[in-house]
Amino acid sequence: MTPLLAARQLVLDVPGRGPGAPFDFALPGGQMVAILGANGSGKTTLLHTLTGLRAPRSGTVLLAGRAVGAWSSRARAQRLGLLFQDDIATFPATVEETVAAGRFAHQPMWRNLSGADRQAITDALDVMQLRDLARRPLEALSGGERRRVALATLLAQDPPVMLLDEPVNHLDWHHQILIMDHLARLTREAGKTALVSLHDPNLAARYCEHVLLLGPDGAAQWGPSAELLTAERLGWLYRHPFACLDDGGVRVFVPR
Amino acid sequence: MPRAVVILIVLTGAALAAGVLALTTGALALSPQRVVLALAGQGDALARQIVWTVRLPRALAAFAVGGLLAVAGALMQVMLRNPLADPYVLGVSGGAAVAALLGLMAGLGTAQVALPAFIGALGSIALVFGLARRGGGWNPARLLLSGVGLAAGWGALISFLLAVADPDRLPGMLFWLMGDLGGVTQAPWGALAALAMLACLAWPLGRSLNVMARGSLEAQALGVPVAQLQPVVHVLAALATALAVTVAGSVGFVGLIVPHLVRLAIGNDQRLLIPAAALAGGGLLVLADTLARTLLAPRALPVGVVTALLGVPVFLYLLNRRGT
Repeated sequence: MTPLLAARQLVLDVPGRGPGAPFDFALPGGQMVAILGANGSGKTTLLHTLTGLRAPRSGTVLLAGRAVGAWSSRARAQRLGLLFQDDIATFPATVEETVAAGRFAHQPMWRNLSGADRQAITDALDVMQLRDLARRPLEALSGGERRRVALATLLAQDPPVMLLDEPVNHLDWHHQILIMDHLARLTREAGKTALVSLHDPNLAARYCEHVLLLGPDGAAQWGPSAELLTAERLGWLYRHPFACLDDGGVRVFVPR
Repeated sequence: MPRAVVILIVLTGAALAAGVLALTTGALALSPQRVVLALAGQGDALARQIVWTVRLPRALAAFAVGGLLAVAGALMQVMLRNPLADPYVLGVSGGAAVAALLGLMAGLGTAQVALPAFIGALGSIALVFGLARRGGGWNPARLLLSGVGLAAGWGALISFLLAVADPDRLPGMLFWLMGDLGGVTQAPWGALAALAMLACLAWPLGRSLNVMARGSLEAQALGVPVAQLQPVVHVLAALATALAVTVAGSVGFVGLIVPHLVRLAIGNDQRLLIPAAALAGGGLLVLADTLARTLLAPRALPVGVVTALLGVPVFLYLLNRRGT
């Protein structure tokens, strides 16, 4: 079966970096996969390259077997969505209006929001516990609340493949777990595929069967989290020693 | 009735009211009845002549100019994601002004400089897009800076031309620079048609523009064909500006304040904002032009002076509100 999203001989175009080793991966369907890497290792560049927002230095990105750039913007957005690391609001908008933008690729040019669109928006607001804030202007929200608005926009877009750039940034523990749980449910029960860049290896170990490690030299390692997530490898990845503790069968990584 | 329809009806009413004021007031006050009769081609010959050959063309020109500038401003603010962008920010009016001033210096009349002004505006647009495009892609920041840089260059050329110009021609040149509808002798049907077309385009383009307001990367990720849409909208906005400049010279601040006022009043849904800005901008300029020719009558002020006097305080207020 053609993987929904795959990279062939990919070399990311990270400014100021020497030629990295090309890497391949195919995103397994119905799973959540984590990207781990230090600051500047290319996590955001990778996600933008996979969405077709920026060209790789070499190699190709295939969305459902076809080069990502060959899709029309609209057809691509129906299949692949991206949560940005941060969003800057220039013009005032309410929470609801912002989330409604997620439906763009589903709406015909001439028509207004359909019943299905409205339902998707309401559901997304509910999941992110934003129902009460729906009519509030974006600038009146806290950083964490805005993060949930951005997530709700992606949920309203409802693509089979979701790329998320640090989705739990700015979020308290309750909301971090709420979001990771929801993403896990979407992949397990609704067959969605998620590629999530994270800063916490413990979230990756807890939620993701596969991880993609972006090393300091542009080298990437791809494989099952059980194998790849070790104290030594995290030490290489973050250039800081890690310890692995055992909490009743669950491995917990802590920086030394 | 949907809110959008109510808003558009109210704004149409306000624009018509400004139109009535424009047709009735002037050196010779005409009663609304006389104006209506004259419009219908009846009544006394004097009223017919004043309405049909002087006041109506001028009011229509004011409406077209105000509407075009407001729509251009609304489009540029969204595309450049900069609330302070206005139709002249890309140097369009500067290019038009230099060409128009050269025309005036060469002895052309105010009405005849329309052609050089249009050519100057288009040349300036081509220059700024050519410069901004060189690095590949449409980077709003580079487009904005290229425009600002070019506008500064045009500004210097304008000062130079004013400094060396024949003193007899200076008043005409200054009037043109400040924006003036005194030279209008016939209704600018082309500009009005362009305005109507732009207002209608708002419906199919509006949703894409709404998403574009969030930034071009986000819009791309949400499914907007940004690479195709961006040049089209920039060129439309620039052409609207060029047309407006050609009719009235450079009228300041309409393109900057009207979109903001409308946005504050009705929100930022471009499908409604663009037609609403067209009506509000048009109505405002009809009113400003009526004030310009009656406030110090028999002396006429350039309409640009009135719009700037109205516009500067609002602009400063908005700027400060943003800062807090």
